[in-house]
Amino acid sequence: MKRLLLGDEAIALGALHAGLSGVYAYPGTPSTEITEFIQLQQATRKEGEAEVKCRWATNEKTAMEGALGMSYMGKRALVCMKHVGMNVAADAFVNSAMTGANGGLVVVAADDPSMHSSQNEQDSRFYGKFALIPVFEPSSQQEAYDMIRAAFDYSEKFQIPVLMRVTTRMAHSRAVVTLGEQRPQNECSTPQRPRQWILLPGNSRVRYNTLLEEQQLFEQDAVESKFNSYKAGTDKKLGIVACGIAYNYLMENYPDGCPYTVVKVAQYPLPKKLIAQMVAEGVQEVMVMEEGQPVVEEQMRGLVPSSIPVTGRLTGALPRAGELTPDSVRKALGMEALATFDAEPLVAPRPPALCQGCGHRDMYTALNEVAREYADPRVFADIGCYTLGAMPPFQAIHTCVEMGASITMARGASEAGQHPAFAVIGDSTFTHSGITGLLDCVNAKANVVIIISDNLTTGMTGGQDSAGTGRLEAICQGVGVEPEHIRVVVPLPKNMEEIKQVLRDEIAYPGVSVVIPRRECIQTLKRHAKQQKK
Amino acid sequence: MKKDIILAGVGGQGILSIATIIGEAAIAENLYIKQAEVHGMSQRGGDVQSNLRLSSEPIASDLIPKGGADLIISLEPMEALRYLPYLKQDGWIVTNSVPFVNIPNYPELETLHARMKALPQVVMLDVETLAKEAGAPLQAANMVLLGAAIPMLGLEAEKIEAGVQRIFGRKGEEVVNKNLAAIRAGMNNSIKL
Repeated sequence: MKRLLLGDEAIALGALHAGLSGVYAYPGTPSTEITEFIQLQQATRKEGEAEVKCRWATNEKTAMEGALGMSYMGKRALVCMKHVGMNVAADAFVNSAMTGANGGLVVVAADDPSMHSSQNEQDSRFYGKFALIPVFEPSSQQEAYDMIRAAFDYSEKFQIPVLMRVTTRMAHSRAVVTLGEQRPQNECSTPQRPRQWILLPGNSRVRYNTLLEEQQLFEQDAVESKFNSYKAGTDKKLGIVACGIAYNYLMENYPDGCPYTVVKVAQYPLPKKLIAQMVAEGVQEVMVMEEGQPVVEEQMRGLVPSSIPVTGRLTGALPRAGELTPDSVRKALGMEALATFDAEPLVAPRPPALCQGCGHRDMYTALNEVAREYADPRVFADIGCYTLGAMPPFQAIHTCVEMGASITMARGASEAGQHPAFAVIGDSTFTHSGITGLLDCVNAKANVVIIISDNLTTGMTGGQDSAGTGRLEAICQGVGVEPEHIRVVVPLPKNMEEIKQVLRDEIAYPGVSVVIPRRECIQTLKRHAKQQKK
Repeated sequence: MKKDIILAGVGGQGILSIATIIGEAAIAENLYIKQAEVHGMSQRGGDVQSNLRLSSEPIASDLIPKGGADLIISLEPMEALRYLPYLKQDGWIVTNSVPFVNIPNYPELETLHARMKALPQVVMLDVETLAKEAGAPLQAANMVLLGAAIPMLGLEAEKIEAGVQRIFGRKGEEVVNKNLAAIRAGMNNSIKL
């Protein structure tokens, strides 16, 4: 059977067919559609079909830990996140190499080179190398489908979590995929090596040595992997190491076959023997093509004698930043560009903006008008739709760093002497990583005004459930914010004077204030109205 | 057969429905297909595009190289011009003439239209008015544009119409017919190749 699938959907369906028991994830572009696909499949599940747990997790760390628990019990678990989510999950991820896996455990990290929807372009393959965890990097939607099953098998065979790294172009591009058979879920079972799940130093020292020894196995497996390949060329001028989807851009430029030796890498640790084979063959230069950061290029120097130049992103043969394109790869290969029309100078940039009618707009209007009454107000914002408050016409915020940083930075700034110090954070980001920061503020009696702009959803990624909906006031009160300084308003133009007065009152209060402007996201509102009509 | 198509517009205009129907028709023809989309932040009123590649041979890259697109289909005139460096020398632009102005520095429309008309192979039409005249709702304006692009697609009109039947079929006969009317309106106001 064949089906047209996004890369993300191919991963989801591949995992379901591989006998998945649970997906654990926090939404983040470009990874969101994996979990959404599984949720949709579960919503239309037929009677007698086994259930797959698929409720969104509060953040990537809780997701990773939930999956580790399921793996401990012998069942297959999938974790999905965007690349920066790996930073949040890192503690659990790195230590999961030490515990190992019981049921297949696969972590999908979706990187976003060119930062289409992200604040940096970190490369998740570093995390695999750092944690000593094997990495799979599919080059096509079909490979993504096949590879996720192979990753679960690998994880169970070697009792180790596997990291699958994809990038935006793979995640958000459709192709026809040939589907395989549905495999049943695992029954419950507990780990065969129970000691290594208790990471006391005595156990960890033993386990770490085993993990180090296993690296040889992993590497040999990568050499023999059906996803990696070695194709000898006729022209020895160049040898190419092409990783993940970089392989596609290479082959795009050689529709009739590449004249150079090509090592295709889709499974890591880096299959060093294949590189050595290329060198032994007598290539005069080694070029590394990889999406993201020069992870493989940096490993080349120890493998290729100094008489043979190594080129790639580090040497400028390919751009150091941004995603690869058929054009940048073409240029690196020394081929002439196709004839093009010149760019049209009339074309103006069209940046994204907050939707018309969005509650964040009314929140920013009120905040801007009140902030103007003070000499030097500072607004520490966060990750979400409301980050667009940085753009005209609002230009309302001064910082946006990572999930939860608004509240904690406002605390630090106020302790450095800033007044007024505002934090602007969305409801989903607040439960993801804001609650602990709020506790810091309460304990430190910080003089801050925290605006939790509550649209009852995770808006930027398309309207997924938000973990704290209906409980934000109770959470703030539980953390220790004084009830009279938890103020709920409805962000609408007709309430503008009231909202502004609430803000002024809370600025005047020398402690922790939480203002919650609450109105449903207009995108989910439209969707809910449509569903009701049906 | 090989067609590289860039679909362009502003987030929320509905370029992906055009892609879905072309994709449906291409699969029925047993063609290979790759379709790179934009999800995430840009969907909030920013510029969006989709690279749609159809071929009788396997397709390597998800992205179309500069100077490689056979066709730009755009729901917005300035957005059509944004991807001009991707157009082949003998490629076509099929675009809506009506601008979507959500930025303060949108270029003067007359100048924009003049630049468009100066290009060698362009079909420019007011898809909303044509949809209305065909008795189709405003949401079907993108189908008018799809219809206007049929002569350059390399897929037969009947195959596209069959795609519409399959995609909109579950929404009922009336929806199918209105979308088909919109597609025909676009075809009738395009050129014959």
